[in-house]
Amino acid sequence: MSKEQILSSDGIPLEQSLKKAERKNKLKAVLLVAPLFLFLLIIYVFPIGDMLFRSVDDRMITKMLPKTFKAIENWDGQNLPDETVYKGLYEDLKFLKENKTYGKIIARLNYEKSGFSSLIKKTVRKLDKFEEGNYKEQFIKVHKRWSQPEYLVALKNAAPNWSYAKYLKGIDMRFDQDRNIVLVEEDRRIYKILWMRTLNVAFWVTLFCFILAYPISHLLATLPMKYSNLLMICVLLPFWTSLLVRTSSWMVLLQQQGPINDLIVWLGIAADDNRPELMYNVVGTFVAMTQILLPFMVLPLYSVMKTISPSLMRAGKSLGGTPLISFLKIYFPLTIPGIGAGCLLVFILAIGYYITPALVGGASGSLISNSIAYHMKSSLDWAFASALGTMLLVGVLAIYWVYNKLVGIDNIKLG
Amino acid sequence: MANDQFVRFENVDKSYDGKQLVVKGLDLDIAEGEFVTMLGPSGSGKTTCLMMLAGFETPTNGQIYLDNKVISDIPPHKRGIGMVFQNYALFPHMTVYENLAFPLRVRKIPKDEADKKVDKALSMVSLQGFEARMPMQLSGGQQQRVAVARSLVFDPQLVLMDEPLGALDKNLRESMQYEIKHIHESIGVTVVYVTHDQTEALTMSNRIAVFNDGKVQQLSSPDELYERPVNSFVAEFIGENNTFAGEIIDASGDKCKVKLNSGSEILANPIVAKSKGEKTTVSLRPERAIIDPETQMDNNHKGKIEEVIYHGDHTRLRVDLLGNKDFILKVPNSSNRMDIKEGREITIGWNSIDCRALDPK
Repeated sequence: MSKEQILSSDGIPLEQSLKKAERKNKLKAVLLVAPLFLFLLIIYVFPIGDMLFRSVDDRMITKMLPKTFKAIENWDGQNLPDETVYKGLYEDLKFLKENKTYGKIIARLNYEKSGFSSLIKKTVRKLDKFEEGNYKEQFIKVHKRWSQPEYLVALKNAAPNWSYAKYLKGIDMRFDQDRNIVLVEEDRRIYKILWMRTLNVAFWVTLFCFILAYPISHLLATLPMKYSNLLMICVLLPFWTSLLVRTSSWMVLLQQQGPINDLIVWLGIAADDNRPELMYNVVGTFVAMTQILLPFMVLPLYSVMKTISPSLMRAGKSLGGTPLISFLKIYFPLTIPGIGAGCLLVFILAIGYYITPALVGGASGSLISNSIAYHMKSSLDWAFASALGTMLLVGVLAIYWVYNKLVGIDNIKLG
Repeated sequence: MANDQFVRFENVDKSYDGKQLVVKGLDLDIAEGEFVTMLGPSGSGKTTCLMMLAGFETPTNGQIYLDNKVISDIPPHKRGIGMVFQNYALFPHMTVYENLAFPLRVRKIPKDEADKKVDKALSMVSLQGFEARMPMQLSGGQQQRVAVARSLVFDPQLVLMDEPLGALDKNLRESMQYEIKHIHESIGVTVVYVTHDQTEALTMSNRIAVFNDGKVQQLSSPDELYERPVNSFVAEFIGENNTFAGEIIDASGDKCKVKLNSGSEILANPIVAKSKGEKTTVSLRPERAIIDPETQMDNNHKGKIEEVIYHGDHTRLRVDLLGNKDFILKVPNSSNRMDIKEGREITIGWNSIDCRALDPK
């Protein structure tokens, strides 16, 4: 059955004239949204894309040693390669030396196999004395490592443009010479510990925040306006103070000669010469992060509790439910959207928290974010920092997915 | 058999802030099986009384008895009083069935028995088949019925209703009034109903307690309340009312002569103001005054029609009578009174027995 086309009064099909009438509004809407869209694109989508890209981008070495890699492609990796590889290497290195850019490949190749650093440095130093022809022998004469196939295998392994080696490193694994995935040596397995610690801290901070925030939010939602406003200011006050200031005040409070320790000693819980360490360990991280992230739990909870009519609890009681049963069966289930939102928010913030663990965490309290910062600023292994960041991002998305499966994302209320 | 003092308020005071009494020395008896409405303007203390009865507020002074037991120390969940709230207070995360089963589950009633009770309660409000719905999927009237069913499902002896029909539109409100009245009649539960809507109160109640200023002004049956208000607040609050302010100049037997502020004199029925020299407000229902009375009436006065307001079944006249420019008259809408026009002089008559001399305002 075909629908009859409806015409507007001037004879143009209705659909068409509606579009025409709406066109101007649509254009306005697009223009209004455009600046924000561009802004998001520039500060959000590009950097994340760049991060994802960097974490797998391994083209640098391929670009810098083009002739070598072209020649090494045909090598079987068993015996020493033939002259063409060494010739390519000579030409590439010579070019790099003239442009003074060989430093970059040293770092990269040293990740692949330690020992490359001195090998390349020495070779480059002697490069001027090389004569034309028979490069293989000359290389081996400069450094006998050039006669060990492992180094050339390592060189060949660095050839692919794309690599997920950084991700393996992030979970304490690596490629061995035969490109098998193996665990790194036991004394170098630090990332698994870091990840577990990060998850652990995020979990407990979320739990503490929840335990503290639930009664506060309830109070906020039920107190008369003049008191609840004051309390709300108390909750929000930390927001208006610099994060650094707040963290430093915790350092003042928590230090060994600080007021909290004084109090503990005064109460006789610990001896004066045996003051507990409250800072530069996980305890400090827990305390400071819980305080700092508390508002992120209070606000969603408050906004949900505000909508729960007090007559519901009264109804529960009048129908014979004890206060506890009424709370568990009526009030608590209704606050789940707020709990979900608050926990998700706090957990996600906690998992990537940087400043506080860096300042009060010490060595045993540092988290994955501190490691990312270290690789960004100190080791300059941006690819690895990107890989860790991506893993964090994927982890957060996974949590979001699990939450969606368990509670349903439309069951979330942020305010 | 029936207990005349099933619910008893004995000298109950209530203050929230220690400065002002919301309820003042309230004494009120409610018989078993009765439908009593607490009626009054907002802030008159009626809801506070209900909350004290339910256990959500404690009396500042005095005692409340339920079935001869003092209930002040019993927490709300042990009082066994059903309650219907203003905004229904249905549990939004539970289905209709779960809402109704809640009071049964906390009482540990076995499931098959609970199912029967839920079914019975739902049939009472004709909502069978809605068990699996969520409250949000129901219309206002249906939610209201679920709330009523829930307050009755555990067979309480007493049900409190706190302006339960306030959020419904006019037609629905009227039909729900009858429905609640019929439920009350069929199961004989005691109901205490709070409202500020006088028609609602008049339609449904056995007795009405008119609240004002923290006190019960009058407690009596609807017709008594309307026909024989004991003071000018009740007369003003219930139904329409014409008033004249004046002073009694002669009181003899069942009639008294009142000199109005405008100078004219009328005959009235001394109720509150009885003796000579007392100030009074005289109250007269609009329907008791008749235009051009054919029978002999002891008050006959001329007035001028100021305004004619058409109301469908009747016409309302605003008349300037004895200095009162807002004297209202109701004329049934029949064809023989087509001569009513603005500006006309008419004679208005009424019997002094309907014209009650009450306390001055």
